[in-house]
Order: sequence, then structure tokens, then C-alpha cells
Amino acid sequence: MPASLRELRERRASVSNIKKITRAMELIAASRIIKAQRSARAAEPYARELTRAVSAVATFSNVDHPLTTEPENPTRAAMLLITADRGQAGAYSSSVLRQGEQLTQALHEDGKDVVPFLAGRKAAQFYAFRRREVAGSWSGFSDAPTYAAAREIADALIERFNTPTEEGGVDEIHVVYTRFVSMLTQRPEVIRLLPLEVVEGEEPPEKGDILPLYEFEPDADTVLDELLPLYVASRIQFCLLQAAASELAARQRAMKAATDNAEQLIERLTREANQARQAGITQEISEIVGGANALADSAESE
Amino acid sequence: MADPLQVEVVSAEALVWSGEAESVIAKTVDGDIGILPGHSPVLALLVPGGVEIVCPDGRSREIVAVDGGFISVSQDRVSILSEYARMAQELSVADAERELADARAKLDAGDESEETKQHLHRATAQLRAAQKAR
Repeated sequence: MPASLRELRERRASVSNIKKITRAMELIAASRIIKAQRSARAAEPYARELTRAVSAVATFSNVDHPLTTEPENPTRAAMLLITADRGQAGAYSSSVLRQGEQLTQALHEDGKDVVPFLAGRKAAQFYAFRRREVAGSWSGFSDAPTYAAAREIADALIERFNTPTEEGGVDEIHVVYTRFVSMLTQRPEVIRLLPLEVVEGEEPPEKGDILPLYEFEPDADTVLDELLPLYVASRIQFCLLQAAASELAARQRAMKAATDNAEQLIERLTREANQARQAGITQEISEIVGGANALADSAESE
Repeated sequence: MADPLQVEVVSAEALVWSGEAESVIAKTVDGDIGILPGHSPVLALLVPGGVEIVCPDGRSREIVAVDGGFISVSQDRVSILSEYARMAQELSVADAERELADARAKLDAGDESEETKQHLHRATAQLRAAQKAR
């Protein structure tokens, strides 16, 4: 027995309302991606100059900075997970969380404790639901991160890194974020933030781009002291910006799929509703014809 | 005359200003430093305040408000990096004074957090730069 006509029409109406919402979210995500990519590009000169400066100091002085020294016997590691604040983005947050779980396991196997730091409400929910302890959690900026947010996270992580291990400090810091490869591909990635390996950002240095012999004021060590926290913050900002662009792309794709599904559903429901309506009409006609025939028969027999 | 300096002012979020300049005057932790074309490579830490960029015509100048950060010079390329660099033209003395009063008030109220201190630094820098730009 097919559903009643009224029911089918109600369902069709509710699906088309959902479609309007998913369509709107798709368009919003699409327009924000452009903004996210623009701010990612705008942050590039800073990261580039900073990397250059840090490599210059690292190359021309025998610096032995706590942020760059490998601890001999690491026993505790911090992990920063960068996820979204809101859902409706397909598998975006869950793939970061899965990567995080894998990393946690790998670190445990190496005999290291894991101290989780979370960015984005989704990660916080995931940890709260499992009643796990969290060392720090930030949210509210996942689709448009500011530098201030990156700095805040960096300060917290560096402080934890500089604390001696016996007092709850960590020996290394890993970041799990989603790299924006293209509109279609976003890949969850793990990088080790600290101890620092100074790497060039996106592009490798050009050949023949020899760093000049800098004079440092006041001296190389002090300069490095100031630069490294900035460098760490800039790396985190890079991760946040990549994650934001990935989140929006994932959301756009998820919402596009939802809109397409809603369209298919509307089509099917419309067909069913038409069929039900037609069946009703046919039945009514046959009833009227039957009724008229019965009347005619009874009139004839009198 | 030597070629002008190529100057870039970069904040964490964007390229704030770029262009040619005759000279750059900045306040580093060791004191003021003036940079003319042909200066030897240097990497210096800045103190919060204003950095002066003298335009190639020798008269007009741009002031950048920086809250620390550093300046790097090599081969007539000058980069000024500061997390919150801003052009002083976009700042007004009144606004900067208000910011400073805000930060002071918070600090006086016993808020010793790192954020407030940074806020104070930033406000001081912006006020100095804005006054210089008059």
C-alpha cells in the first residue's frame, strides 16, 4: 500500500526545505574558501621571511637552543589536533581524529605518554565523550583563524615544552592537521613541531640563493631566542590556515552531495505523489461510473 | 646615487607595505639604527615603537608601528617583520591613547596575564608611532 498523498506531499516539502539549507551552506562554504585561500596567501611573506631569518641564524652560529635540542630520552609527547568547530563537513573532523588516534597509539608503543591539546569544538566533544583528560582546548576560529589564536596556542605549547619533564612538561610536540591539496583533495597530516627542524615553507630555497653573512644585534643567541617562538607561532598559523581551507572545502563537498541527494529524493517523492494522486482519481471515476450504472440499472428495472 | 632600498613591511597576517625607500630608521634593542643603500647584512631585534621609512623623494616618510619583531637587511632589501605591524597613518593618536589607557586599566586591576602585557606593548608602540606621524 503506497503512502497517502498527503504524507508524500509533506515529506516532499520537508526535503525541499532541507535542500534549501544545504544549498545555502554549500554556497557559503564556497565563498569562504576563497577568503581562506586569500588569507593563507597573505600570510606567506611573513612565513617566508621568518624562515629565512631563522635559517640565517641557524646557519651562521653554533646555537644550542632548548627548542631545537633533541631530548635524549623522550617520555612524554604533546599532540595538537586541529578540527572543525561545526559538523556538516563530511569526514573532515573524523579523519583528523582517526589520525590522532593512530598517532597516540604509535607514541604509546614508543613508550611515550600523550598529552592532548585540541583546537576546534569537534575534537573537544570527542574527548569529552570518552572522558579523557585534555591539557588545553581552543575553539571558535576554525573557519577563519586569526594570528592571535595561533599565538595563543603556540605560547601554551612552548610553555609546556619548556617545563621539565618531571613537572609534567613534554619532550616533543606533534600537530595533526588537514593539508589543503586542492578543492577535491584534503589530506590529514602529522608534523612534528618541536624540537624544531627548520624547514623551508612551501617552496624549497632557490639554487644560488645564498644567505648573506648577517650581523646580529644584539647577538645571535638573543635573536634566536626571539625568533623561534615567532617561528613556532607562524608554523601553527600555517596549519590553522590550511585546516580552515580544508574544512570549508570538505563542507562544500558534503553539502553539494546532500543537495544532490535531496534533489533525487524530491524527484522520487514527486513521482510517488503523482502516482498516488492518479490512483485516487482513477478510483473515484470507477466509483462514480459504478454508482451511475447501478442507478441506471435500478431505474430500468422499475 | 645608489639604487633605492626595497622595503617590505610584513605582519603575521599580511604584507602591510612594500616599496622603495631612500633610508630606513628603526629602533633596535641596541639603539637606533639607520639604514642606507649598501648597508651590510644585519638582523636586529626591534623594540615596540615606530619605524621610519624615508621615501625616495627624501621628504615624505612612512611610519610603521611595530610591537617588537625584527628587521633584516641584505643586498639593499629591507624586511621589517612584526606580528602586529601597522601603518601609522591608519592609526590616530586618540585611538592609540585609548588603547593604552585600556591596557593600563587592566594591568592596574591586577590582570597580570601575558595577553594584557602584550596589549600594553602594542598600545605603547602604536601611540609612539602615531605621534611620530604627526
